[in-house]
Amino acid sequence: MKDYEIVIGLEAHVQLLTQSKVFCGCSTKFGLAPNSSTCPVCLGLPGALPVLNEKAFLHAIKTALALKCRIQDIIKFDRKNYYYPDLPKNFQISQYDKPLAYNGYLEIEHNNAKKKIRITRVHLEEDAGKLMHDPGKGLSYIDFNRTGIPLLEIVSEPDMRSPDEGSAYLQDLKSILQYLKVSDCNMEEGSLRCDANISVRPKGEGSLGVKAELKNMNSFKAVRDALSYEAERQVELLRKGESVVQETRLWNERKGITELMRTKEETHDYRYFPEPDLVPLTVDKKEIEKIKRSLPELPQAKKKRFTALYGLGKYDAGVLTRDMEISNFFEETIKLFDKPKKIANWLSGDIASILNERKTTIGETRFKPAHLAELLELIRAEEISGKIAKEILPEIFRLGISPKEIVRSKGLKQIKDAGELTSVIDDVLRENKKSIDDYKKGKKNALIFLVGQVMRKTKGRANPKIVNEILKKRLDDGG
Amino acid sequence: MPNKKTIDEKTVKHVARLSRINLSKEEVSLYQRQLADILGYINKLNELDTKDTLPTSHPLGNLKNVFRKDTVKKSLSAEDVLKNAPARKDDFFKVPKIIE
Repeated sequence: MKDYEIVIGLEAHVQLLTQSKVFCGCSTKFGLAPNSSTCPVCLGLPGALPVLNEKAFLHAIKTALALKCRIQDIIKFDRKNYYYPDLPKNFQISQYDKPLAYNGYLEIEHNNAKKKIRITRVHLEEDAGKLMHDPGKGLSYIDFNRTGIPLLEIVSEPDMRSPDEGSAYLQDLKSILQYLKVSDCNMEEGSLRCDANISVRPKGEGSLGVKAELKNMNSFKAVRDALSYEAERQVELLRKGESVVQETRLWNERKGITELMRTKEETHDYRYFPEPDLVPLTVDKKEIEKIKRSLPELPQAKKKRFTALYGLGKYDAGVLTRDMEISNFFEETIKLFDKPKKIANWLSGDIASILNERKTTIGETRFKPAHLAELLELIRAEEISGKIAKEILPEIFRLGISPKEIVRSKGLKQIKDAGELTSVIDDVLRENKKSIDDYKKGKKNALIFLVGQVMRKTKGRANPKIVNEILKKRLDDGG
Repeated sequence: MPNKKTIDEKTVKHVARLSRINLSKEEVSLYQRQLADILGYINKLNELDTKDTLPTSHPLGNLKNVFRKDTVKKSLSAEDVLKNAPARKDDFFKVPKIIE
């Protein structure tokens, strides 16, 4: 592998966040009953005319500008003709020679090095319907609800050199789209999809190798795994003196391999021509400047600000700013509890695991910044231990009530009062005579054991530092 | 002869395949002639000097930036939609499985 260089370009399809479809008023809601969100326009009935959704267009322009693209002077749509029953019109409204925007870039940070990945083009198109195949009967069933949902296609140059770089690019792209609020980027629901072009070449070789196109990767992990597998497969072919064939391959998640879908023998001839039912579009310079100024702070800028303003390390700042909701949550919490590193640790540790487990985002839960601030304050004031805090965290998520309230109602408050601890310590010493002897013989570990026993009896509520002090004193005094 | 165009047999067959039309041998040569005639006729436009003319992206020259607001309108009922289906299964269109 080390004698070869991997070359990757990615093509992302992003569902833009709109209420209605790109050329008609049908709802874009996910999971509606089959064929219940269709109309003469998206079904391509004779005489029906498309009209562009202004919101979809603005989302597209915003995204293009955030990706530092140049906006086309005259934007037009084209028909991409093909025979496949996922589009009832037999063509897809897309963009061919005048994509909405071109020549942009996205700067990724990987292994502590920054790298510009060039964006070739960004264009707007309509999605196709969903087919379910019944191979046994040789039939397919079609749901046209997805037909006409606005999609933004974002094509990169072959600038990535490893599966990790590919995944970093996609992750950063997703963050930007979420910050812009133009897509929810839900890979499972298909609102962010990705195809990859990948080839390998001997190190030092100037020209590109023969590429394969990979499809069907439905998660970041799948993208990384599929690219790794495919790179190795191609290197292996070259090693054996065979050659890579230009073809489309599908990622098989279950088997962990890529499989041949089709060879590009008869390359598609889509017979593009201008869409006569839609008029051209222009965005003047003043408008472009206005939209540029209205763009929110993007992940990279926020990451920089987090390191400078809160003294966070690059890693922490990166984790926090990858997700806009998390970064906002962090800043809200900091207003109430001024310990950035502590907040960062909780957000990227226990809180992240709970969100992962429940497959949800922090905004969708009942856990609020005030809860986290209060919890951290309870730990700081030694009202509860870190361990108890971790234990009650899922409950705060579930009930959305204040940590103080949970601590009070469950009697979880730490016992710091020496008098209150004495009776427990008396019990422990009475029950563990052997440990006392051990300690006196010089086995200092016996003390740790005894502290543990007190913690157990108090269900973790005793303040270990105070228990330690009292025990040590008692033992040394001949208890 | 600037207006004469020729089209080879291969091109006619390719176009027929793209349009999913089966052509007999006679038809291929017929369309070869006819398509050449049509292209030759259109080719007349090449005689015009368009050096200073911007490409026409749409016949409605001055009309541009036509939008609709992002509001949901009533869709057709699945029942109405499926009236146009050649065959159906529940609320789905039913078609022969097509391998791309």
